[in-house]
Amino acid sequence: MRQAIAFWNILLKDMRAYYLKPPNVSWGILFPLAWTAMFFIKSGSGPERWREVLPGVAAISILFGTTSMLAVTVTFEKKGRSFERLLLAPISLELLMFAKTAGAILFGVANAFVPFAIAAFFVDLVPFAWGTALPAVLLLAVSSTFLGLFIAVSVSEVFEAQTFSNFFRFPMIFLCGLFFPIAHLPWFLQPLAYLFPLTYGVDLLRHSLQLPAMLSPAVDFGVLGLFCWALFAFSLRNVRRRWIL
Amino acid sequence: MSSPVIRAEDLTKRYGGVLALDRVSFEVAEGEIFGFLGPNGAGKTTTINLLTGLARPDAGRILYRGEETTGRMKRAQRLLGVVPDESNLYPELTGLENLGFCGALYGMRKRPREERARELLQLFGLEGAAGRRFSGYSKGMKRRLAIAAALMHRPPILFLDEPTTGIDVESARRIRGLLAEMNREGVTIFLTTHYIEEAERLCRRIAFIAAGRILRVDFLEELLEPLKGKHMLRLTLSREIDDRLGELSRAFPAIAFAALAGKRCRLESAAPVALGPIVRFLEECGIEVLEAVRLRPSLEEVFVEITGIEAEAMRREREPRPAGGTA
Repeated sequence: MRQAIAFWNILLKDMRAYYLKPPNVSWGILFPLAWTAMFFIKSGSGPERWREVLPGVAAISILFGTTSMLAVTVTFEKKGRSFERLLLAPISLELLMFAKTAGAILFGVANAFVPFAIAAFFVDLVPFAWGTALPAVLLLAVSSTFLGLFIAVSVSEVFEAQTFSNFFRFPMIFLCGLFFPIAHLPWFLQPLAYLFPLTYGVDLLRHSLQLPAMLSPAVDFGVLGLFCWALFAFSLRNVRRRWIL
Repeated sequence: MSSPVIRAEDLTKRYGGVLALDRVSFEVAEGEIFGFLGPNGAGKTTTINLLTGLARPDAGRILYRGEETTGRMKRAQRLLGVVPDESNLYPELTGLENLGFCGALYGMRKRPREERARELLQLFGLEGAAGRRFSGYSKGMKRRLAIAAALMHRPPILFLDEPTTGIDVESARRIRGLLAEMNREGVTIFLTTHYIEEAERLCRRIAFIAAGRILRVDFLEELLEPLKGKHMLRLTLSREIDDRLGELSRAFPAIAFAALAGKRCRLESAAPVALGPIVRFLEECGIEVLEAVRLRPSLEEVFVEITGIEAEAMRREREPRPAGGTA
């Protein structure tokens, strides 16, 4: 029970201090909106292509929402030493880091549904497999958040967190099949696409909208789950090695 | 000494090539105020970090109430309240919210933590600032709230790292009073400081630490014992006296002379010191006596003798520098 109280209050504090601040809420809405508009302006097509665009826009919204927020907030708290207060609390490091990431995960999930909500006003999203979409969005949010955590515990300055985030994010956007189908990428880039969690998340969202996909949902879920575990484990190892000197 | 609540055995810690702690051992008894006195870089904060779980020792053992907690500090952290040398509360939260959050980290339920937070805010004279953001607090208020935050879960052991450094005299006095009160209520206090007077005023036992080594650990009375019946003076002179120490010792064999930094010297004798002949002797050597201060036997003298570090130099280390000054 004590652990649950600590977990809940860390999450609540982060939501109030960071994620529910008006600039972040408006960013969470404007960012997917801007990406959606960009796709349509670029392609010159109408709402009939909305279904095709949605998986990518939702995935990017999650990726940017989670990695930006978490990498910066954790680095900021570490720099300001308030993270030490958390390390001094009698809660396990696993629970502590999960509590710190839970806010970003929820923020990512909320971001993902903005483009879906907007699209629902203009096009018919049916058929839509909620059973695939919901866990896909959640796993994508978890893996992106843990990527943000991995970045946060690998740097010491806030500006480094921003730069390091982009080092991962931009190659992911271009290689995950969002702009170009993976099969159309040069042969030497195709294996790279499979190294990124975003690729599997986009693929799952395509499944949920019953669009052509590359892999089976089981493989996508399995690989995304593996990414989550590996990123979290590596981040914890880094915290133990770098922060508890 | 009653049973140790904290026991450190041969704690050693290296940061890269720097030996920060070298086989540091001591015990802290239940209910005492234990002072850790030393200059900057002596290893005081490193010791606190090891004892609270913010760092891991390279060698040595840590025991709380007889149970070894080395490498598994989470078992002990419920017993500990920690006040770091710099505030680590959340600037965007109010005083009340900060205390509530700290209580929640130790699993306190909402109502008890709100009651406890209000009780502490009142005790620390911060009830008027309960709803203000922490970022708007003065330095003294921040330090008081940091101590209150450490006491939220009623820990039996409180660690304080330089609690009065850099704050105004009134706040420092108030904090010392509060610490004495906490200790009367049964809280064991581990206090690091470079203010010798603070250690002397508050602590029952004191450890002198310098360059990562413990030089002596003893009760305050035991430390002061050799100074009983001694007569001491400190002279401020017109120039350095190092080259005249031999002559002075020969002329006044009953008095021990020691040169201090800043054109000063210290005189120590078992009998009262007649200042006139010494002043005349120095004048004949071309040295003018600008000031003579009779020294009360204090911990400062013991500290200087044991560590070889001048108390004044140590005091200056952490005082805020004037704006535009250089380090």
